[in-house]
Amino acid sequence: MTTPTEREPVLAFSNVSIAFDGPPVLEDITFSIAPGETRVLLGPAGVGKSVLLKLSNGLLRPDRGSIRLFGEEISTMPEEKLFPLRTRIGMVFQEGALFDSLTVRNNVAYQLIQEQVDDEEIDERVLEALTFVGLEETISLYPSSLSGGMRRRVAIARAFIHHPDLLLYDSPTGGLDPVTSTTIIELIVKERDVHKTPSLLVTHRLQDAFTLCTHRFDKAEGRMVPMPKGQTDPNTTFLMLDEGQLIFDGSLHDLVHSENPFVREFLD
Amino acid sequence: MAINTIEQTAKNIVLTVQDYSLFSWRAFTNLFSKPRYLPDFLIQSDIIGVGSTSIVLLSGFFTGGVLALQSATTLAQFGATAVTGQFVSLTMIRELGPVLTGIMVAGRNASSIASELGSMVVTEQIDAMRALGVDPMRKLVTPRIFACISMLFFLTIVADAFGILGGGAVTVFLNHQNGTQYFSKAWESLRYPDIIQGLVKPLFSGYIVASVGCFYGLRTTGGTQGVGRSTIQAVVNSSVLIILVDFLLTRVLLALFPAI
Repeated sequence: MTTPTEREPVLAFSNVSIAFDGPPVLEDITFSIAPGETRVLLGPAGVGKSVLLKLSNGLLRPDRGSIRLFGEEISTMPEEKLFPLRTRIGMVFQEGALFDSLTVRNNVAYQLIQEQVDDEEIDERVLEALTFVGLEETISLYPSSLSGGMRRRVAIARAFIHHPDLLLYDSPTGGLDPVTSTTIIELIVKERDVHKTPSLLVTHRLQDAFTLCTHRFDKAEGRMVPMPKGQTDPNTTFLMLDEGQLIFDGSLHDLVHSENPFVREFLD
Repeated sequence: MAINTIEQTAKNIVLTVQDYSLFSWRAFTNLFSKPRYLPDFLIQSDIIGVGSTSIVLLSGFFTGGVLALQSATTLAQFGATAVTGQFVSLTMIRELGPVLTGIMVAGRNASSIASELGSMVVTEQIDAMRALGVDPMRKLVTPRIFACISMLFFLTIVADAFGILGGGAVTVFLNHQNGTQYFSKAWESLRYPDIIQGLVKPLFSGYIVASVGCFYGLRTTGGTQGVGRSTIQAVVNSSVLIILVDFLLTRVLLALFPAI
């Protein structure tokens, strides 16, 4: 298995296009994610953000273009060869996508159970992951008895447990109240700053995107704190989609000073 | 317009058959390479096999009973009521046991498999499984297919046994005939080709029930309404396929064993 070098991107899209029985959903998308980098993908609902995320780990195949994941071309890779690669990625789905017939413990430990890890080690690692998201008391519950926000946090614990090399978040705060959204964003900031895991986060909520960029996780205080005024996280950058095309790729400073009319409208 | 619709429908049917063939082949060949999910096979065997025992047992018993009731009237006209046991046992073992069990299991399990997998598709659980590096074909489809094949085999034996028993009960308690004669005729008339014919069919029916259920379940689109549609398609198509394959198998087996 190829491991990306320091300079090689963890994920690189090159002129990627995809369509489903109609006009292209994504057209000529080119961007990359460097090691340690967090990229926030912005755009209105229905613009193809989730499709782009599913292309990133081979859940969907592009019609054209190249996608390199951990240095390997995945756009034409057979499904059975993709499975080992996907075990290195943590993905948080829009609605959590927890297995409703399994307990929280078995959901979080799903990958470890498939790898036939010892029960004792599973319990230890599940507890560690659930403590990370603040839900250790839910270990024996079923997803149906959890609130929407709790389900999302369990999904994050499931994505984190394997210490992935890349994290994909599909609208992790979509449909949640502001307090719960902040809790989720705090977890993402914590993962970014503690484990330096590269990630691609899809959202249409500007507030979450700005919070990610202007806050850091303070290990001493054990919580997310704002960065000094005028400072932003240099490793958190933005992408914006409109009508299937990537219309922006840059830092927060570039974003707020962009003169693209759609970006301006979106920000306003 | 009408020609376009016919053309599109024909194309859809051909595409579905092609997809189903590829799907079935992949599900079958997965058994011969790792990873294999034995615990899932055992869980599914319990759900499909043990869970279907009561319906198979009851349907087998009453079908045998009806056969005895119906045949007794006709056979009496020829003074041949003594062969009721032979008639019931041969009909149950060669034909009605396998087909009836297949259709009962299809009604119960093809529907549950399609709706379970369909719900997993619409709630992105299948995508989540793939994203976690687990192949849904190996984890969900292959164990269900092999559990269904092996369980249907045993369920057919149960249906055959209870069918003969049901026929016996009717013969003794309603037709007031000799029970010993019924059971000895039922036993004596059986030949190995009858048994083979009766036990080859459930292997195919089991494969049809699980593979069609999984196929329609995993193709679900359109939310909860789509789950309902997949469930109906799975039950209808698996039942029709069971009867069609039964006809073809009977033709082949009669050619292979002409003496029967």
